[in-house]
Amino acid sequence: MTTYRIQGRTGEWEVVIGLEVHAQVTSRAKLFSTASTAFGAEPNTQVSLVDAAMPGMLPVPNRECIRQAVRTGLAVEATINRWSRFDRKNYFYADLPQGYQISQLYHPLVGEGTLLVEADEKAGILQDKRIGIERIHVEQDAGKLMHDQHPSMSYVDLNRSGVALMEIVSRPDMRSPAEAGAYLRKLRAILRYVGSCDGNMEEGSLRADVNVSVRRPGEPLGTRTETKNVNSVRFVMQAIEHEARRQVELIEDGGTVVQETRLFDPGTGTTRSMRSKEDAQDYRYFPDPDLLPLELDESFVEECRASLPELPDAKRRRYIEVLGLSPYNARELTAEVETFARFETLLAETARSSGKGETEVATAVANWILSIAPGVMNALGAEANPAFATAAAQAAILDMQARGDISGGQAKEIFEHVLRSGRAPKEIAETEGLKQESDAGAIEAAVDRVLAANAEKVAEYRGGKDKLFGFFVGQVMKAMQGKGNPGLVNAVLKARLDG
Amino acid sequence: MTQLTDLGVMALRNGVARGDFTAAEVANAFNAAVAEGGALNAFIVTTPDHAAAAAARVDADRAAGKPLGPLAGVPIGMKDLFATRGVQTTAASAILEGFVPPYESTVSQRLWDAGAGMLGKLNLDQFAMGSSNETSHFGNVVSPWRRSDGGETPMSPGGSSGGSSAAIAARLCPAATGTDTGGSIRQPAAFTGICGIKPTYGRCSRWGVVAFASSLDQAGPMARSVEDCAVMLEAMAGFDPKDATSLDEPVPQWSAALDADLRGLKVGVPCEYRREGMDEAIVAVWEQGKAWLRDAGAQLVDISLPHTDYALPAYYIVAPAEASSNLARYDGVRYGLREAPAGVGLQEMYAATRAAGFGDEVKRRILIGTYVLSAGFYDAYYTQAQKVRTLVARDFRNAWAECDVILAPTTPTASFPLGSLSEDPLTMYLNDVFAVPASLAGLPAMSVPGGLNPDGLPLGLQIIGKPLDEQGVLNAGLAIEQRAGFTARPQRWW
Amino acid sequence: MSVTSEEVARVARLARVRMSEDELARLAPELSKILDWVEQLSRVDTSAVEPMTAVIPNRLRLREDVVDADPDTGGGRRDDVLANAPAAEHGFFGVPKVIE
Ligand SMILES: [Mg+2]
Ligand SMILES: [Zn+2]
Repeated sequence: MTTYRIQGRTGEWEVVIGLEVHAQVTSRAKLFSTASTAFGAEPNTQVSLVDAAMPGMLPVPNRECIRQAVRTGLAVEATINRWSRFDRKNYFYADLPQGYQISQLYHPLVGEGTLLVEADEKAGILQDKRIGIERIHVEQDAGKLMHDQHPSMSYVDLNRSGVALMEIVSRPDMRSPAEAGAYLRKLRAILRYVGSCDGNMEEGSLRADVNVSVRRPGEPLGTRTETKNVNSVRFVMQAIEHEARRQVELIEDGGTVVQETRLFDPGTGTTRSMRSKEDAQDYRYFPDPDLLPLELDESFVEECRASLPELPDAKRRRYIEVLGLSPYNARELTAEVETFARFETLLAETARSSGKGETEVATAVANWILSIAPGVMNALGAEANPAFATAAAQAAILDMQARGDISGGQAKEIFEHVLRSGRAPKEIAETEGLKQESDAGAIEAAVDRVLAANAEKVAEYRGGKDKLFGFFVGQVMKAMQGKGNPGLVNAVLKARLDG
Repeated sequence: MTQLTDLGVMALRNGVARGDFTAAEVANAFNAAVAEGGALNAFIVTTPDHAAAAAARVDADRAAGKPLGPLAGVPIGMKDLFATRGVQTTAASAILEGFVPPYESTVSQRLWDAGAGMLGKLNLDQFAMGSSNETSHFGNVVSPWRRSDGGETPMSPGGSSGGSSAAIAARLCPAATGTDTGGSIRQPAAFTGICGIKPTYGRCSRWGVVAFASSLDQAGPMARSVEDCAVMLEAMAGFDPKDATSLDEPVPQWSAALDADLRGLKVGVPCEYRREGMDEAIVAVWEQGKAWLRDAGAQLVDISLPHTDYALPAYYIVAPAEASSNLARYDGVRYGLREAPAGVGLQEMYAATRAAGFGDEVKRRILIGTYVLSAGFYDAYYTQAQKVRTLVARDFRNAWAECDVILAPTTPTASFPLGSLSEDPLTMYLNDVFAVPASLAGLPAMSVPGGLNPDGLPLGLQIIGKPLDEQGVLNAGLAIEQRAGFTARPQRWW
Repeated sequence: MSVTSEEVARVARLARVRMSEDELARLAPELSKILDWVEQLSRVDTSAVEPMTAVIPNRLRLREDVVDADPDTGGGRRDDVLANAPAAEHGFFGVPKVIE
């Protein structure tokens, strides 16, 4: 739910957004040839005769690409179409050697699914919202054109030609740039959890075509425009904002929105019409006669299902319900593959070395991962060597803290030493004197000394002045040069005063 | 002694294996015949060195006592639709003139692996679109056959594999490859008095064959006898992982299993192929064919293929639609002709290149195909045609309940003079009326010579079989061949 | 079904085949005639029929995800890929400058 509205001259407008996301499928070889998909190779070195559309060349599909698309479909709870087929989308362009793109129009591999966008008050998303996914189909990527290398020619590099893409088409269910941003981030997370796309937006592994229309709240859908190939979450949000405002102004000035393809300019954050692509768009889709229908058996789909990891929503739920984490921590930890991976490694290591259950140490580990450790790292800046921040070292610190050997402050100090020197936390605690006194005898002695020295205050406390407890704690800690185990100090004080 | 060029595939292979003559002698004889056959215009390029080198390898292998391939010492012609490494491959078009593939088609590679050598690349209708060999950028192929009126009217060798049919009939090569999309092996075979078989769709790999209409294109052999076709097909056919429509089926030893005893075989005779106003000579040869098959022990049954009349119009939607897309790659960017006057943009370059590089018939089919796929027309034309195709295939399936093979004429007429039909595409299209239904259904079908018409021109009989039953087709063909005793050959005028 | 030369022009543009006015005028009646003839298919009742998808019963085979499995389908052969190009430069195919 969102109440995002564009304030126009004549009143409020609602924005309706749908995204078509092109995600490069993680595979070694291309969709229909065995040329490599590796990024950054010399021009035209990863081009087979098939990719260059030499006469008589034929496509043979890569099982891994189909498998990854099916796994992705299952991850968004979509229907897997056991019978699908490839169609040709015919148009002429220099990045399209065959003169057609092999895609899927009539019978896509993956049907209806759904994706949960979580409430995020700061972003104006007031409650959880399910965004519909209309379909996911598999298709070929195009080659690349370079326009600035020669005065009168463009250069064509076909390395990307034929790389497998999944086109993930949402329903027009989003109502604000923030929702669209959250959808895209969540989709990217799911793809990366599944491992079907590396999600690298800079290298173009993930691009969004942004469909935007505006309407008066409650009225039928307006005419939409499609802004092509936007390659970051921020740009997608900017493109929507600009496009929605442009459309509102256009309509309020008495104009009408034309259904067209537009281009986003990241420099200015604006969109502009792409006239070159407007010329007679009649793609003459028809089933590719070089390829038979793609029929999947149950076991193939089941193998895909069995290979899925725990997905973000399930993981988040488990973190809250089983590990007892706060919803905030759970959401932050599950947002990125790297974050949950670090968390789960450290959690296991800490539980193992402390001999405690994961649930017992989960909150401490979560806080460590999300705020304490990054805080220390940031404060140290260039002095920190991230390579020293091993799971073992951090688990050792968390373990000492859980046992009460060190305080929270000492934990941070020890981590600083670790990041600077790579020394072992236990050894740092010993040699730097960063340890708490947990010896009962020593604490009792200090408590007794403080109580004896403050007999009046003891009487006042016992007379009902509870607030003085903090004073005694302070005095004991002072007497112990700040190294007393606060838990034990409290316990001993309580016993002596109330006993 | 008979001339080497009069021998067929089996005779050459066996002669070389026995040492009656060397493979080099065979290659020399055929290279010479090819060189003298220029007037037929059957070849776009000749490759005497290729044939000679293959022969030398065979002779060396034989001398060394190594086992010889099934086509060892047999030089053949290669339709110029098959990509041949290092040898110009044009599909008889201007747009591919000068194109030298850095790869070899699967079918041609299999033939070389079997010991065959290449005499040259055979002329054809441009992109295999045509039934008369008048659409080649490299000029018409002239049939070696002439009418018996003593005149010199140049006749059509049929199409699109007309270079293949002319060269074989004229003894320029003992066998050749053809491709059949809607009759392009069978019709030219019928026109020139030779045999040709289009196998089941998927038997021969399409990898490296310039595509016309992918769901219909099938390679097949053309030769002067049923047995020669069988042995050629054994070498050409077989599963190819590089073609997603290739059939993963073993290749039977058809030649070894050839058997003209048709007792127990039911031969269907489709009433719909009996067309009003049909050429008397065609009716007669068809009747003769029935009698021959009955004589071979077969039982003849009347069958009905009710959607026959709709096959040709369905074909003329499906094939151009696929072709319009398959030919989009000829755009002047990666190979072939480029027409780019200074200052033109990319899209104008495409349009200029394709205008200059495609012939009239190719353009006509590209436009038809583009039209039937375009917005608003797709369902009415393309989808409807594919549904009709389902019905045509179902007709055949129903027929197999009553018969094992089907006997029909290959063509509605004998060959015609070059130029006589080229102004009228529709009449030209009717040439394939009997060939197209089997193509739409992907069935194996063959043409064998049945006799001559009163003008002295060959007529063909067509046998259509069940999917994968090339053996049944070849056996029925053999029974006809044995009884027809077709020994007529064109008088040499070239 | 009669096709006008404007319609032929539209289709020729879609197909990227440049055509003179003369050619368009010549082709319009030719295409009309062919389309008229194929029109007879509309007489066939196909309401209960599926369009053909595979000529011979066969299902799509998938290949393994192996890079450069063989030279016929693999990369790493730039010279071959560029060998027939009318305007190859610096490892690229050259085309007239495209303004996007
Ligand atoms: Mg799109
Ligand atoms: Zn797409």
